[in-house]
Amino acid sequence: MGLLSDPNRRRALINLLTRLNAPICAVCYIAGVAWFMGLAFEPFTLRTYMSENAMGSTMVEERFPAGERALATGREFAAHKKRAGGMPVDWLVKTMQSRGLEVFTQKFSRTLPFPDENKERYMVKGTNVYGILRAPRAPRTEALVLTAPCSPGDDNNQAVGLLLGLAQYFRNQIYWAKDIIFLVNEHDLIGMQAWLEGYHHTNTTGIDWSPLQGRGGSIQAALSLELSSDIITSLDLVLEGLNGQLPNLDLANLFYAFCQKIGVTCTIQGKLQRNDWDSVSGYSHAVQTMMLMVMKQASGRPWGDHGLFLRYHIEAATIKGINSFRQYKTDVTTVGRLLEGMYRKLNNLLERLHQSYFFYLMPSLSHFVSIGYYMPAFGLLAVILLLRALDLWVQLATPPVRTEDGIADLEQVTHSPPTIKLIPKETIPEVLSVLTPLVISHLTGAALYFFPIQFQATAVEHFPVSESEAVVLTAIAIYTAGLALPHNTHRYILTPDWRVLKLIAVLYMAVLLGCTALINFSLGFILALTLVPMAAFITPHRPKVLSAFIMVILSPACTLLFLVFFFQDLQEIPVSFEDGWMLFLSVISQGILDHSLYGSLVYPLIALMVYPCWLLFWNILFWK
Amino acid sequence: MAEQRFRVYVCVRVGACVCMCLGLCVWVMCGCGRAHPKDDFQEELVIRPLQSGDVYASFQFRTLWETDFMKGNKVSHYRLFPKSLGQVISKFSVRELHISFTQGYWRTMQWGQPFMPSPPVTDHRFLRYATLPREIVCTENLTPWKKLLPCGSKAGLAVLMKSEKLFHSSFHSQAVHIRPVCQDSECTTTSWELRQTLNVVFDLHTSGQGKREWSLFKMFSRTLTEACPLASSSKIYIDITDNPQGEQFELTPATHLLSQAVVLGDRRTFSVYDLTEANTFGSMRSLNLLIRWKSSEGDMLRPLLHAERYVAGYGLQTGEIHTLMYNYHPFRSFPILLLDSVPWYLRLYIHTLTVTSKGKDNKPSYIHYQPSKDRVRPHLLEMLVQLPPNSVTEVTVQFERALLKWTEYTPDPNHGFYVGSSVISALVPSMVAMDTNNTKERPLFSSFFPCKEESSYFVRIYTEPLLVNLPTPDFSMPYNVICLTCTVVAVGYGSLYNLLTRSFQIEEPNPRLAKRIANVIRRLRGVPPLA
Repeated sequence: MGLLSDPNRRRALINLLTRLNAPICAVCYIAGVAWFMGLAFEPFTLRTYMSENAMGSTMVEERFPAGERALATGREFAAHKKRAGGMPVDWLVKTMQSRGLEVFTQKFSRTLPFPDENKERYMVKGTNVYGILRAPRAPRTEALVLTAPCSPGDDNNQAVGLLLGLAQYFRNQIYWAKDIIFLVNEHDLIGMQAWLEGYHHTNTTGIDWSPLQGRGGSIQAALSLELSSDIITSLDLVLEGLNGQLPNLDLANLFYAFCQKIGVTCTIQGKLQRNDWDSVSGYSHAVQTMMLMVMKQASGRPWGDHGLFLRYHIEAATIKGINSFRQYKTDVTTVGRLLEGMYRKLNNLLERLHQSYFFYLMPSLSHFVSIGYYMPAFGLLAVILLLRALDLWVQLATPPVRTEDGIADLEQVTHSPPTIKLIPKETIPEVLSVLTPLVISHLTGAALYFFPIQFQATAVEHFPVSESEAVVLTAIAIYTAGLALPHNTHRYILTPDWRVLKLIAVLYMAVLLGCTALINFSLGFILALTLVPMAAFITPHRPKVLSAFIMVILSPACTLLFLVFFFQDLQEIPVSFEDGWMLFLSVISQGILDHSLYGSLVYPLIALMVYPCWLLFWNILFWK
Repeated sequence: MAEQRFRVYVCVRVGACVCMCLGLCVWVMCGCGRAHPKDDFQEELVIRPLQSGDVYASFQFRTLWETDFMKGNKVSHYRLFPKSLGQVISKFSVRELHISFTQGYWRTMQWGQPFMPSPPVTDHRFLRYATLPREIVCTENLTPWKKLLPCGSKAGLAVLMKSEKLFHSSFHSQAVHIRPVCQDSECTTTSWELRQTLNVVFDLHTSGQGKREWSLFKMFSRTLTEACPLASSSKIYIDITDNPQGEQFELTPATHLLSQAVVLGDRRTFSVYDLTEANTFGSMRSLNLLIRWKSSEGDMLRPLLHAERYVAGYGLQTGEIHTLMYNYHPFRSFPILLLDSVPWYLRLYIHTLTVTSKGKDNKPSYIHYQPSKDRVRPHLLEMLVQLPPNSVTEVTVQFERALLKWTEYTPDPNHGFYVGSSVISALVPSMVAMDTNNTKERPLFSSFFPCKEESSYFVRIYTEPLLVNLPTPDFSMPYNVICLTCTVVAVGYGSLYNLLTRSFQIEEPNPRLAKRIANVIRRLRGVPPLA
């Protein structure tokens, strides 16, 4: 660090950084994006491998024979479900009991903050039924969970059938070392949330549940099963959980290993993996797969019932049976054998899954990118903010040249870059004066967070909209109104320097994005991708109209709108603009609901932090 | 030291959910041994068909010896009593010893109360109590246990103990209990009692292939042909209380020998097969009892006291231990004594201790709490709580998970750390008045706890052990961590510290003499010096 202690070299370095600031920033941005795109290129990624010793070497033999019987049970379940008009609790209890499980039920109820139009529910009441297979000669300290949601309509009957079939088969085996809990949850994620909160006796989201009567100790791993047809063509693995949490990579490896062994086609993000990585289409396929994962992770919502387990440090994934028009068909017996194999290996675990990665991206099921490889992409974007901050700091620290005598000049040169003490006394109120925009934009953010739900009743009274629309439209209205607020009221005699505000805003954004990326890389990266260039180049001297337009385009809400279209495009179900807009509105309402129902943090993060931060830059653009 | 050596001697390994109770003390008492002490050996097997379709088999072997192992009184002639145990008892002056090796958890709600819960505690001062929850019990523990029997596994009921069948079960518990018992009502002389018990529950689905039909051969893959010739009594009892007219299950060969006994506050009826009589074995010269269910309906008598325990909360910082105690008695409340020993690395916040029944605060009439000392002793929490009738009483206490030193982690630290079971001792009210008259006709399993109070009986139950995860460092990359830490400290912190604490000055070329003089004058005048 002789470089910084030597004033001359330090000055030279700082001169270089300030003079070439813009080009360096541009290079960093391009390098960051290029690095990210390179992650999907197969030669740059690692093949997945099983890290957990207890699951790697042991051979298990899968013998589950009763696929047809499981399907028959599924049909019986469907009939009882139709008759009961919901969860056939009594039938499930009786069936599980006859299979030798200890059966318990849990009732729960939850009133949503506003009606969910996608799933058509508002006041939710339901019952979870679960049966525990007690491991012989085990002291109830560890458990594994297999769940299947009891979905409305004709969905998932086969999953419940297979679950019951597996329960019966597992019950007759002697080798279990961990209790296995078979759970059929009603109202998908809400039921799951109730069950998990009941099991761990916590209450984070204000749901009402009746206490659980039976437990199996600490849950080591869980799989959620979604199966809606008698024959499937492929199995899809869903990993993304609440707040972008992912299960240990070994769980994905285990699934992949058994798919290979048994010969089931397996996908991730609904995408098959291809072998032609060196062709353009092969590479773009990998990019698409990875982008889907990034967007799903960034959304912070649980993409299957497994997503809520992750909060409790339980490794969990959802396995979805897909029936498309592919050639290879797989019957339920094979799926059962696959699950049997996975559970037997999980049963062998001595420790919790911890050997492999918790932070990763998957461009295909057989390849992964670990945190060490993807973080530089974000780092390159974040460093732009720091460079800009440095530039502003140096600019601010250069006071107007005093011409009294040469001594002041010398002093200034010796202490460059200055410490905070050197800011002249009269600029202290200047620093304070930037508090006004800071406070105002955060108040706007708080309004965006609190008002939509608070004032839904008022909105419904005065406008011809439903509650859900009222919430979303209020949110959008507050978001837009925030743009028109007079942020810089010039009450001070000394006009504050816009650069002080920008310096604070840039550092604020750097910290905000840095923290976000540590917890949820995808969200941090997507936000950085749009916000960083905007933050770097906004000054009051840019052409107002054009800059304002670009800023709005790069604002969080518009980013979300584009992502909705992009996501639909990647999933190969493109939508028209109107449908996309409707989807955008429903995504906002889902985000708010996810926050209040499951404790997803994306909505408060955007409303309380990212949006105010963006408003600060808006403020700088219109600085007088 | 003494019990350490002793433990190594007796048990090769101690099992999952094992409890071990050593009552040790120096027994100073004078007396003289008899010239020809009498000894006696009895064996019995109780089979209780359970409503769930499982079957519970409980072996008990009792050796009674009218002698004293005392200091100075060398006992050298052993007949029925195992010499290996006798030597240990006399060498260390053991007053009472209870060891059990248990694998599995007794499912009270499905199986009812076991005949043989855990040993009573006589004197707290001399008590050594320990559990080893992580060990596995296997055949190597069974073989030395069988060798303690006078007939070994050659004859008598012990023939049935084939390890592959015994360990193919839902529950397995073997125990050794040694204690002095009074020879007469005045208790002037005592004799030593060795009870060896083995409790097994066979599972309907895994061992019984789902068929509600059990036989000795199906359970043990053996039949009986003779009693142990050294035994003064050798009997098999089948619990037929729920089946007085034979409508639930059918028992072959039939016997008209019945016995009644009060077990755990309930009057039970048993069919008795006396193996010392030749006609028990019939013409085939072998006894293979067969129990065949006729219907699967009916309800099991629910035990009056039931307890469970779990850890609540998530994350690796704090948590909460919940202990639930159920009193199913419709109108009577009874007191229980809850004993909890929690390792020091769960730091209990004892001020958060709450006891609630039916939504109301239930103040324990007695609480004894001994705080833990790090790395020295665990928390000990004992309390006397009254359980209201037909209620659930919940005891909660919060804890913080300690960060251990890196050498203190066990192998496989991500498995978690065990917290032993809580022990709940209670006097549960019973419908049946118990007779205190110690007659010989009573089966052994009914007489373990002498009960003075007529309307209640003593029960001790154990909750599940807990598995708790502690914050665990990633042991697989200490090298990386060391490198990273050193780099951060050296480069990042070091240079920053340097920049902050050092003052930097530009070294100026020496000014000329004239200028220096001028500066001195200027300073005297109070004018800033020339550069």
